[in-house]
Amino acid sequence: MKIMMTGNYASAYGAMAAKAEVVAAYPITPQTSIVEKIATLVSSGEMKCQYVKVESEHSAMAACISASQTGARAYTASSAHGLTLMHELLIWASGARTPVVMSNVNRAMGPPWSVWADQHDTMAQRDTGWMQVYCDSNQEVLDSIIMAYKVGERADIMLPSMIIEDAFILSHTMEPVDYPDPELVEGYLPSFDPRFRLDVDEPYGFGSLVMPNWYMEFRFKINEAMEKTRGAILEAEKEFEETFGRSYGGLMDFYKCEDADAVLVLAGTVASTAKHVADKLRSDGKKVGVARLRCFRPFPYDEVRQLAKMTNIIGVCDRSYTFGHWGPMATEVKGALYGLADVPTVKNYIMGLGGKDLTPEVLEKVFVKTLQLKDTGLDTEIEWIGVTGHGGW
Amino acid sequence: MESEILGSMIEVRFHGRGGQGAVVASNILAEAGFLEGKEVSAFPFFGVERRGAPVTAYTRVSDRKIRIKSGIYAPDFVIVMDPTLVKAVNVVEGLKPEGLVLVNTKENADSLRRGLGITGEQKVATIDATGIAIKHRLGSKAAPIVNSSVLGAFARASGLVKLESLVSSIRHNVPVKLDENTAAAKEAFESVVMQ
Amino acid sequence: MSREELKKEFKTFEDLPLTPITSVPSSANQTGGWKTFRPVLDKEKCIKCHICWKFCPDVSIKAKEDEFPEFDYDHCKGCGICAYECPKDAIEMILEEESQ
Repeated sequence: MKIMMTGNYASAYGAMAAKAEVVAAYPITPQTSIVEKIATLVSSGEMKCQYVKVESEHSAMAACISASQTGARAYTASSAHGLTLMHELLIWASGARTPVVMSNVNRAMGPPWSVWADQHDTMAQRDTGWMQVYCDSNQEVLDSIIMAYKVGERADIMLPSMIIEDAFILSHTMEPVDYPDPELVEGYLPSFDPRFRLDVDEPYGFGSLVMPNWYMEFRFKINEAMEKTRGAILEAEKEFEETFGRSYGGLMDFYKCEDADAVLVLAGTVASTAKHVADKLRSDGKKVGVARLRCFRPFPYDEVRQLAKMTNIIGVCDRSYTFGHWGPMATEVKGALYGLADVPTVKNYIMGLGGKDLTPEVLEKVFVKTLQLKDTGLDTEIEWIGVTGHGGW
Repeated sequence: MESEILGSMIEVRFHGRGGQGAVVASNILAEAGFLEGKEVSAFPFFGVERRGAPVTAYTRVSDRKIRIKSGIYAPDFVIVMDPTLVKAVNVVEGLKPEGLVLVNTKENADSLRRGLGITGEQKVATIDATGIAIKHRLGSKAAPIVNSSVLGAFARASGLVKLESLVSSIRHNVPVKLDENTAAAKEAFESVVMQ
Repeated sequence: MSREELKKEFKTFEDLPLTPITSVPSSANQTGGWKTFRPVLDKEKCIKCHICWKFCPDVSIKAKEDEFPEFDYDHCKGCGICAYECPKDAIEMILEEESQ
């Protein structure tokens, strides 16, 4: 049933559709209406879950981890400073193998204080052992929450996921979204049934000290699980498409890349605008494509290598920055291409930090700059786009 | 903007004051388009919303999936929900050369044209939405709820959505006084003055 | 940077200080315009306990000892916590537009 809803409501409805059993709630702009909507759904009886109000995001994650360890499907939401406050426990969640799902609204970090969209908060969590999915529509937000439980709760995976939506551009923007038929979701997503759990009848302890002779082996097991997620994400999406009729391109969604002279790699809503621009440029005879990076973890290593066969010029657009090195997406794309005989030219663009708007006009400029590299070769490793007083902006 | 490849997309900007219902109006318009099977999106200007301060909200309506997810800078239509905004804000900034601005005002279109700085092909439409809202007892005299009236006038002036779709959307989105809001929208639809 | 060096207009990134620095306190921001409701004190009921002053999250109540609390309407955002916490129900939240 299609209704108009914001990205935040899509997150709330996603948690409801997935039958989350414990929701730990702490508000932060621009995520607040997620937990407020869930509160309304719980109090009206439409959603049956334990709604736990906590005093900080750190506690929200603690509550989710322990709830998950009792065998309950746990959900929470955060953003920016809230997400970074949880950092310690994000690592705990994956180490403890708890398939928690969290919505994160991508918001810039302060100072300067900002509430607007950028990807620094989630990029800074890429080492935590969570799957990371960047969405470019409210429908994708809702659907990805369901798929995240499906993948995460597999006995051979047992890893948490963050489903990421841009601040305001998705979180507060109304789009038509289909709320999936609960019976179909029931068939698609079995109930959570972990083998080991906090249970007074069969008691176990979790998280104990491990000496150097076995610690690394536990980490190796997480590595194995994360490697399995590559195939698991594709399988879960295939089944999702068969059940609900929708899919999102797996780990990396290729749009008109096969014969492209240049491709931009982007994540989040900017990728959607880029597709519109790509069509306009194609109608002007310019062969460009968009590779939308959907999963940052697991990193789409194979897909990037496939992209290298399709095009010779890649512009990687980071909506975040790691000071002292290239942008995080560019760094990882280049890493994935290392060792290839025919390596495409890769240029890194830094754009849209702190919510600076990424309009079709700006993206067209970036596409054109990237196409020019065909004639000039790489002009510079990194170019910052839209900085007033720099580079012609 | 219209093209074979890109489809036909209309962009609307609403100007209101915080608390007047500009954001709700942008949502109602989007849903009216949605009820007609169109692709839509609606969003407020993402600043600090506060009572009395100027607020802008936006709606996109298209026959194709809307992939542009940036702000609206060259609207096809501008809707001004509060007459005092005309002096406070450049409400027609970016309005397309053949665009239309609808203003809630008692002032006549000619003098309004000068006040707005309207050029050439740009059109003006006016509606006394405040008067209609008060007549139908929507909100208070100090703070009338003008959005349903403004939208009714807009449906007629723009032809973007049908009155029935608008009325269904209004009835779905307003919390109280469904019949009064419906009546106000219909009255405004009939009384909008197009230049 | 001295007060004089902090620029007020920025043409390029070079005009900015190294991090956002303000030379006026945040009270320069008149957030009173945000409120939908404003607190009004009933002096007959008020016992000058100043619990309202203690709870106000916005430092928008002035309370001198042995005097009635005063609301700073230029900054009060109308959250209503003072009214909620008042042990004597001496504070009423009324619609801002009706108070004008």
